[in-house]
Amino acid sequence: MRREAPRSLADYTPLFFPGLMLVVFFVVPFSTMIAVSFFKRNPSGFYTPDFVIDNYARFLSAFFGGVLGFSLMLAVLVAIGCVCIGFPFTYLLTRRSRRVQTLWLVGLLSVLSLSEVIIGFAWSTLFSRTAGITNLLVTIGLMDKPVALLPTFGAVLTGMVYQALPYTVLVLYPALVRLDPTLTEAARTLGASPVKAFFNVVAPALRNTIVATLIMVFVFALGSYLLPQILGRPQHWTLSVLITDQAIYQSNMPFAAAMAVFLVLISLALVGMTLLVGRRENAL
Amino acid sequence: MNRLIGTPVTRRSLLGAGLATAGVLAMPAILRAQDKSLKVGVYGGYFKKSFDEHIFPEFTKATGIAVESVAEPTGEAWLVQLEQAAKAGQAPADLSMMSQTSTLKGQSTELWTPLDTSKFKHYDELLPRFINKYPDGRVAGVGAVAWWITLVTNTDVYKEAPTSWAALWDKANEDKLGLLALASNSFLLEVTAKTFMGGTSALDTEDGLNKAFEKLAEVKPNVRLWYRDEAQFEQALKSGEIPMGQYYHDVTGLAAADGFHVRSTFPKEGGIQDSGNWVLSRASTKVDEAHTFIDYMSQPSMQGVMSRKVGTTPTLKKDVLDLKPEEFAAVSSDIDPIIPRYDLYTSKADWINQKWTELIVG
Repeated sequence: MRREAPRSLADYTPLFFPGLMLVVFFVVPFSTMIAVSFFKRNPSGFYTPDFVIDNYARFLSAFFGGVLGFSLMLAVLVAIGCVCIGFPFTYLLTRRSRRVQTLWLVGLLSVLSLSEVIIGFAWSTLFSRTAGITNLLVTIGLMDKPVALLPTFGAVLTGMVYQALPYTVLVLYPALVRLDPTLTEAARTLGASPVKAFFNVVAPALRNTIVATLIMVFVFALGSYLLPQILGRPQHWTLSVLITDQAIYQSNMPFAAAMAVFLVLISLALVGMTLLVGRRENAL
Repeated sequence: MNRLIGTPVTRRSLLGAGLATAGVLAMPAILRAQDKSLKVGVYGGYFKKSFDEHIFPEFTKATGIAVESVAEPTGEAWLVQLEQAAKAGQAPADLSMMSQTSTLKGQSTELWTPLDTSKFKHYDELLPRFINKYPDGRVAGVGAVAWWITLVTNTDVYKEAPTSWAALWDKANEDKLGLLALASNSFLLEVTAKTFMGGTSALDTEDGLNKAFEKLAEVKPNVRLWYRDEAQFEQALKSGEIPMGQYYHDVTGLAAADGFHVRSTFPKEGGIQDSGNWVLSRASTKVDEAHTFIDYMSQPSMQGVMSRKVGTTPTLKKDVLDLKPEEFAAVSSDIDPIIPRYDLYTSKADWINQKWTELIVG
């Protein structure tokens, strides 16, 4: 079948529905949020339509800068962690038989059915002193007495990587399964070890997929709001936690909106930069 | 303010919001215009369940007014929804149970219809702290229920019950406490002021507030968990993972009755008494029915039923109640309570919130 460029207005009709959905469910709410972020907050009540920049000014402080920096750093670490675990795993998975692959993928998909609440509480039990995994280590004699592994940064990171890993694998799987096996065969024939072939041939061949996956997990992790609260200390709370505080508990919609707009802009900028760097390198 | 039992806050806020929204959409179809009816908002979950079971059917039997209960989300989300709806002339609920701070915030836009207190037979028997007035003296809200936040401990870890809020500051309790995460629901500034500064009036000045924040900062090394979500702390308290903290007196009592090794203590400085008001949305046309409902709920016998069935504290003076001494002791204490400074959370809301967040996050 040959693809033809759309010529008349009628050729564009299939685009109307998704376009309308995008406007109704994205453009309108997002514009409302931007508008609200400039409204005037009344601490003893609600907010009034206005054009003030106080909300952004309040955000520009060392304190919120620190929280924003931590949130970005956490999201980057989760993305890197997920790809470091997910990429070799998916690669090895695609070498297995169809049956084994299906079983693993069904297992991973079932993890997606767990809500963030359940994941958080499950990990908080696993990391607890009274019922956690350190009790097992005590039983087999590796530790003297059980200890609590939370609230710690490691616990937050573990929970978030666990939550994002199924998505990582599902995004990587189609690309890896379609990877031409002759590439590795050629590398092996030319004398590369399997590990070397993986790093020098497979990974570079799929660089765009890896970058796309990193970005997806980064954005996914940036919105995390529950796991940092359940598994971390207040120092590990992300900007999303503070946004929720403002919106739900302080009814300070303008400030919550300003923080959210800021978060979106910063993450868009980071994603854009990543893509730009990727394109330049590809051009070489 | 989260006043439900057993389920995590995020899930239940979402659930509550969802239910409330669904309620708004479904309402016109349910109500028949010729019947006398009233939509009453109560906190979703445990509260709503208890009210649906024990309170609303009795009210309908006594007055012929049908009640449709609406699940309110927690926090201030319901206030925002009521305000937006009132602007459009809609009332998702006629009467709502509303926290003190939210009642004050609603006053700023005249969201609440002033109540005619001559229609309440037991108005004079209400404790004055449960009457919420506009600055010019009109009554905006009348106490619905009250509850306590007390000092709770795991009895396996603490053989002796602590006697004072000062236990939170004790160096021996390092990394052992669970405290509520927000200034406006933990009321720890008030606790600090009452315990170390002679009373909550010390918070009148910015200087006093700063001193309270400084003193409160000393608690930080002892805190293992700052929770928004009740289930998270309750679980850890029961297992002894986090053996001390502040928590709701009623729920702790229920857990102890179920055999868990926990206890709730009224410290000598007093427990924290928080409460909810009945408020009437200005968009509501059911003014008479609403007054009948508040009058009915303010009877000593109904307050007694709520204490026994729902575990709440009566808002009426003790001597008019029909509660036996042990029933009263189960839901209250004679020790002078710590009454939260709700005014601070409207007049200095953002300043306190900012300092508080920097205190615990920084």
